[in-house]
Amino acid sequence: MRDVAVVGFAQRQMPEFDGSPTCVELLVPVFKELYEQTGWTRRDVGFWCSGSSDYLAGRSFSFVQAVDAIGVIPPVNESHVEMDLAWAMYEAWIKIQTGEVDTALVYAFGKSSAGVLRRTLALQLEPYTMTPLWPDTVSLAGLQARAGLDAGVWDERAMAEVANRSLTDAEKNEYAIRKGGSSVDELLARPMYADPLRKHDCSPVTDGVAALVLAAGDKAREVRERPAWLTGISHYVDPMGMGVRDLTRSPSAQRAGAALDLGGVEVAELHAPFSHQELILRTELGLGDDVAINPSGGALASNPMFSAGGIRVGEAAKKIWSGEADKTLAHATSGPALQQNLVCTLSGSTEGKNN
Amino acid sequence: MSRTLQAPVTVAFDYTRSTGPVVGRFLSGLRDGVVVGGRTSAGQVVVPPLEFDPVTHEATTEFVEVSSVGTVTSWTWVPEPVKDQPFDRPFAFALVTLDGADVPFLHALDVASPADVTTGMRVRVRWAAERVGHINDIAGFEPLAPGEAEVAAPAAASDEPVTGVVTKVSLDYNYAASPEESLFYRGLNEGRIMGQRCPTCQKVYVPPRSACPADGTPTEEEVELSQTGTITTFCIVNVPFLGQKITPPYVSAYVLLDGADIAVLHLILGVPADEVRMGMRVKAVWKPKDEWAYSLENIDHFAPTGDPDAEFDTYKQHL
Repeated sequence: MRDVAVVGFAQRQMPEFDGSPTCVELLVPVFKELYEQTGWTRRDVGFWCSGSSDYLAGRSFSFVQAVDAIGVIPPVNESHVEMDLAWAMYEAWIKIQTGEVDTALVYAFGKSSAGVLRRTLALQLEPYTMTPLWPDTVSLAGLQARAGLDAGVWDERAMAEVANRSLTDAEKNEYAIRKGGSSVDELLARPMYADPLRKHDCSPVTDGVAALVLAAGDKAREVRERPAWLTGISHYVDPMGMGVRDLTRSPSAQRAGAALDLGGVEVAELHAPFSHQELILRTELGLGDDVAINPSGGALASNPMFSAGGIRVGEAAKKIWSGEADKTLAHATSGPALQQNLVCTLSGSTEGKNN
Repeated sequence: MSRTLQAPVTVAFDYTRSTGPVVGRFLSGLRDGVVVGGRTSAGQVVVPPLEFDPVTHEATTEFVEVSSVGTVTSWTWVPEPVKDQPFDRPFAFALVTLDGADVPFLHALDVASPADVTTGMRVRVRWAAERVGHINDIAGFEPLAPGEAEVAAPAAASDEPVTGVVTKVSLDYNYAASPEESLFYRGLNEGRIMGQRCPTCQKVYVPPRSACPADGTPTEEEVELSQTGTITTFCIVNVPFLGQKITPPYVSAYVLLDGADIAVLHLILGVPADEVRMGMRVKAVWKPKDEWAYSLENIDHFAPTGDPDAEFDTYKQHL
């Protein structure tokens, strides 16, 4: 397999973007930032792939409009996934593995605030017996949280600890839209929202864009002294139905992690839009107390749809670039209640690759 | 003045789906007032039945009628229901394992407050007044007091198997125009046609875009365009369609406004359809000012100026 690294990352996040849901206005400066990080022009990018959804945009072909931000005369090699940035990255990684291209820029955008996000996401459910009930994202997460509380797999205090640590760490993240920890007791004293969830257990509705740059071998070394090599990448999916899986677990996350060598991981950026989901992921990935979880503040501090998973990859890559860590892990999720999960490892060296 | 123009938009569409034999069996059961599960290769009874076995991947063929009474295995409070949920007042979503089934089933539970729900509580199906073979034939679950029994559903109106289902989807948005689109529509509201020039390739776009699609460069320089232009291509519409506002035949044309590098699509009137031609010079004819809005419809149509046709070479780059 070819050695492929993450060599660029840029993001924009906000509670409410007052511009067009095609987000071209936000993508142009993000691409500019990436051209500066890499020293490339758009002609140096071998493959482009975006992640977005027209259901979020409220219009058709928003991803086609977004291509304006690239500038496509002459045409570019381009693709799209109706998924998070992390899966766009996966497609680009495959594309580089084929040998057809050496470099890729993947991006994602979403204006969650244009509609009612937790309702819109019911459209990703089974259309005969689930979508017509409009089970919103918060409710499905609440059913999962309760299952774990009732089973004694986690408790309210553990959930509040996740929220408090995330909001405290988010104070150092200029892009986080919700930040400011207090104490576990203070968080537990706050009222229930969607019982058993308090508002701080749920990620905030976030608008934004993010982009990652991938490069193979020497192309990566030309860009950065210490590229963040993608030493392993794996993703799995669980059944959609809420009744046919153990909600206190995430077998797909476990399996994605088991496919990789997670030994020596120092930092893990986990895409857990609800506090209890971080607890599930830590267990499924076997992350011990010596692993720093979500130093960026994670998804509880901001969760822009279609880029929040990829942002985890970017944050994990930054720790490698800076030399703060030698091995990091990034995770992205999609679907209701941790249904689908992607896990990758990033490393300062190409030794010990899984892929 | 806000930075961008914004307006509410509702996107609505009805999905018509065939059910196939397994989901159809389940929905036929609901129409008949019976909850039907499917047995898996592991012997479990799953509600709603799975179309294919999760282990053997064989189609599900064994169906089991289960009770309409069951036990709550998990629940969550819904303090602010969203449009089209089973109840428009606060309620609970619950996972309920019906007696005779082995796994829980998701539906709404009609209770007044979270204090009225516990995991393990007994509930029963409340049937909808009218049942048509849809998941909403179950209006929701309701608490079952000790000694109470399931409620038999009134007879169904039909005994034909359910083969299709319509899922109505209606999504409400606050749709924002980009700053460039806002410039364009604000201009139209003042009787002007505004474009923007790309600083890289000098092309003038109308309507202006957030970035030049050729270069990816923001097109910041504002340009007010002429209201006169050239027809670069056109079609004569003879086919009637839903929502058509003008009686065919009429002409839709690309009009390249003088000073612009991209044509706008508009209606050509004031000339018989069969006399419209490439190169014809036309000008914007506006509606009365009191009818103006933030819309391209402020321009009622384009009409011939009577000037000589433009030379092909003047617009051949814009076809």
